[in-house]
Amino acid sequence: MKDVIIGLEIHIQLNKLRSKLFCSCSTKYHDSEPDTHTCPVCLGLPGTLPVINRKAVDSAIKVALALNCEIEEWTMFYRKNYYYPDLVKGFQISQYDYPIAIDGKINIEIEDVEREIRIKRVHMEEDPGRLIHVGTIDRSRYSLIDYNRSGMALLEVVTEPDLRTPKEARIFLNKLKNILEYLDVFDSSLEGSLRSDANISLAGGARAEIKNISSYKGVEKALLFEIVRQNNLVRRGVKVVQETRHFDEARGVTISLRTKEGEEDYRYFPEQDLVPFTILDRVDDIKKTLPELPDAKRKRFVLKYGISDNHAKVLISELGLANFFEIVATELDAKLSATWIADVLKGELNYRDLDISAFSPDHIIQILQMLEKDKITENGAVQIIRTIMDEGGKPSEIVDRKGLLKIETDASENIVLLVLEENPAAVQDYLGGKEESLHYLMGQVMKKTRGRADPNTVSELLKKKLGC
Amino acid sequence: MITKKNVEHISWLSRIKLTEEEKEKFTKQLNYILDYFETLDEVEADVPPTHHILGITNVFRDDVAKKSISQEGALENAPKKERGYFKGPRIV
Amino acid sequence: MRQRKRGDISRVPGLFSMNINGMRELFNSGNSVEETIHSTFDKIERSKLNAFITLSKEIALEEARILDKNGAKGMLGGIPIGIKDSISTKGIQTTCGSKILEGYVPPYDAHVIERLKLEGAIIIGKTNMDEFAMGTSTETSYFGPTRNPWDLKRVPGGSSGGSAAAVAGGEAPIALGSDTGGSVRCPASFCGVVGLKPTYGLVSRYGLIAYANSLEQIGPFARNVKDVALLLDVIAGYDSKDSTSINEKCEYLKALRYDVSDVKIGVPKEYFGEGIDEDVEKAVWKGIKTLEDMGASYTEISLKHTKYSLAAYYIIAMSEASSNLARFDGLRYGLRLEKDKDWHNTFSEIKAQGFGEEVKRRILLGTYALSAGYYGKYYLKALKVRTLIKRDFESALKDTSVLITPTMPFPAFKIGEKIGDPLALYLADVNTVPINLAGVPSISVPCGFSGKLPIGMQIIGRHFDEATVLRTAYAFEQGGGCDT
Repeated sequence: MKDVIIGLEIHIQLNKLRSKLFCSCSTKYHDSEPDTHTCPVCLGLPGTLPVINRKAVDSAIKVALALNCEIEEWTMFYRKNYYYPDLVKGFQISQYDYPIAIDGKINIEIEDVEREIRIKRVHMEEDPGRLIHVGTIDRSRYSLIDYNRSGMALLEVVTEPDLRTPKEARIFLNKLKNILEYLDVFDSSLEGSLRSDANISLAGGARAEIKNISSYKGVEKALLFEIVRQNNLVRRGVKVVQETRHFDEARGVTISLRTKEGEEDYRYFPEQDLVPFTILDRVDDIKKTLPELPDAKRKRFVLKYGISDNHAKVLISELGLANFFEIVATELDAKLSATWIADVLKGELNYRDLDISAFSPDHIIQILQMLEKDKITENGAVQIIRTIMDEGGKPSEIVDRKGLLKIETDASENIVLLVLEENPAAVQDYLGGKEESLHYLMGQVMKKTRGRADPNTVSELLKKKLGC
Repeated sequence: MITKKNVEHISWLSRIKLTEEEKEKFTKQLNYILDYFETLDEVEADVPPTHHILGITNVFRDDVAKKSISQEGALENAPKKERGYFKGPRIV
Repeated sequence: MRQRKRGDISRVPGLFSMNINGMRELFNSGNSVEETIHSTFDKIERSKLNAFITLSKEIALEEARILDKNGAKGMLGGIPIGIKDSISTKGIQTTCGSKILEGYVPPYDAHVIERLKLEGAIIIGKTNMDEFAMGTSTETSYFGPTRNPWDLKRVPGGSSGGSAAAVAGGEAPIALGSDTGGSVRCPASFCGVVGLKPTYGLVSRYGLIAYANSLEQIGPFARNVKDVALLLDVIAGYDSKDSTSINEKCEYLKALRYDVSDVKIGVPKEYFGEGIDEDVEKAVWKGIKTLEDMGASYTEISLKHTKYSLAAYYIIAMSEASSNLARFDGLRYGLRLEKDKDWHNTFSEIKAQGFGEEVKRRILLGTYALSAGYYGKYYLKALKVRTLIKRDFESALKDTSVLITPTMPFPAFKIGEKIGDPLALYLADVNTVPINLAGVPSISVPCGFSGKLPIGMQIIGRHFDEATVLRTAYAFEQGGGCDT
């Protein structure tokens, strides 16, 4: 297979702002009826004018700093002229020359190897409305348009073509999303909060641009499809043409949107309804408000708490999880906390498609305290966690209700003797050299104690009674 | 020199359909108007371009949400609508 | 309810040439606003000028009745005003002179309209204009040409021809226009009224349908300088909805004095001579001498880059227009095809049907000027030339307080006379466009006649020094400048 070159343009909706980029309409439209969050400005009515939301600029600076960009001294908006039914003015107010920031980078990890992905530029622009194709894009008879989204503040992050595989693209996007969440500029759970255009070419071939992929997984899927498509063309001796393609998420394919009539030409020119602005004077203040970012947190977790880098990596992957860990680690042994949160709790949450906000740190503290004091077994702890997630309740109450208190050695001994008595065949097998029989006997004991006995103790007791 | 083909291209870019007659006419007219614009080639303009004529910068508003107009109000002037949406043409 | 006696008020001597003060006295002495407004509509409805596209009779009469009941308060209490159809008026059709916006009723008021309403002005209708303000004659209006009250065979000038004709023809004492490259001053000159283009940024553009947004300003029309000053007092001032608006307002009516002894006039030689009608040149020089007799001094000066202004202006205006007029796609408002095709054919046909020839021509030229490979040659170059032109004005106005030129190179021409030759018509703006490029304020005041056609004199001032411009114009007018 030929070398693959991938670059991404990621549109991040600054949906934590209260108002849109150029007007005072609320950004909280996600659960609303269509066209209920608009005004003459974001509907592009004749005669209306934009005014820049200061906080949107501050958010952009925050992101640019977090992506290690150079902040430009002087920046301004341009008009990008093109037609589409979701675009109210026949142009999009965007940036071109003099974007807010350039030349950044972030590191990603590909199979434990760090790679630097360069960020070409970060710029601000307004979001178009939402276009709904009745049916599919290529077969619809008409479209419906909801302009609630029109005028939302977007940040466009453009990478250099440094990505090599669809998987790398996904890892990069996750890292970016992680950073953005730390900065508190966007809520990734909202629909359309992060949309990507992906440029992909096989070495020596023409570049296809896949537009408007609206999910993280979609990016990887679309790129995988493109590689197969382009490789097939090359194999058949057909030339790959430079074009824009649409990703049909439902069918998992990309579709050509090329029109016969002509190539677009965006005719960028300065937006004269806005004046240029200088931002360097604000950068120092904004720097002071920057939170600890994922990479720094991961290093600190390893140093401060002595936990493994692997655990730290999992814990910092979500800001909520990292904060959760720190609360628990102040009360309990940090390594124990890290193991239980990163390995057990996270796994159980993922299995149920829940996030960490669904679990209280107090509960895990109580559970781990019982475990530390040897009142419950590890198995019991897992059962408590599962019960809380599935049925609710408090740890102590669940322990009582389900009888999970750990069984003392004496009591265990009695049950071991009982099991040996009830299973003479297995005992004979074991004594005859069949090691697996011990596991069977073990299982019988655990069954009788409903997991409350300590497995190590049981194993030792069994071996002792069998005379080994 | 601007050709009929150029005119067709800018007609496409600006989404204004032209009749054959208009294409011929505009090709001619655009040429002599653009000829006139050539006078700017004489000027040595080693100066920055004008943005705001008075050079003002840094005009912002605070991030405050205000009331939007109603769905009915938004759709009031729309020639075609459906279920609270604006109705647009098909894409392809 | 009292029966209205038709014609009562119109028998008040000189009602249709009354200024703001006269009208206010009329109301103060117990005359009804409602009947004044009625008479105004009677006159407009009988008129041959075609100065209005839309009349807002019902709304205006309702307003008048309220004022009659509560007292006609405010700086413009009860005064009828015509509004150029490029300015958005809530609840009143706003077409910008174009078929593409026929039937469009804005759900909001332009900032200037809000201010007028606060001061009690009564909007009587929307005045005719060149389609999207693209013209010098009001002939490109989809709603037919407006006629010049001085000679019905002639144009009123443009693009705010309806506003100027309404004021000159006694259909409204005051009106608003918009001026992108002379669109207030040209019709003021052709119709023998006073019209001002304010400094860029003095009056909010919020609600003004854009033609070339980096150049245009809303400006007042009246039959005398005092009323223009008063109207400017009402509409000027900072607006947080317009990022290019600047808080530099002063009190204009109060600035008017019959005194020009401190005024130093600059007379730019490039604005006289070749291409300027002899009568026009004579009348303007006579005006300058009149001001000199009143104590002003003058020197001849040079604005070096004048010959590049027309090209720079048209490149900037058309480029911006090509983008500003892109929004008329028929989805949210405006003309729509009965049966849609695919989206780009739908848009292309709406524009083909909705725009007139001049609008298409300018959009095509502007699109070309911004297209790949030409941006530097045209738009960017024009913005640089704009800097040079602005510097010319700034340096000339360092040693002088105002500059005086003819507003238009010639008096009003005949309807149909120039419309066939676009470039020739563009050249008519030669004396007005540099002012928009420089962003400085400028007024046109009547200064004489060529036969029976009025001539306008242009007085240009420093950025935000409307006070001196108005004072000079006022003194000239009071000193016997020209009685129209």
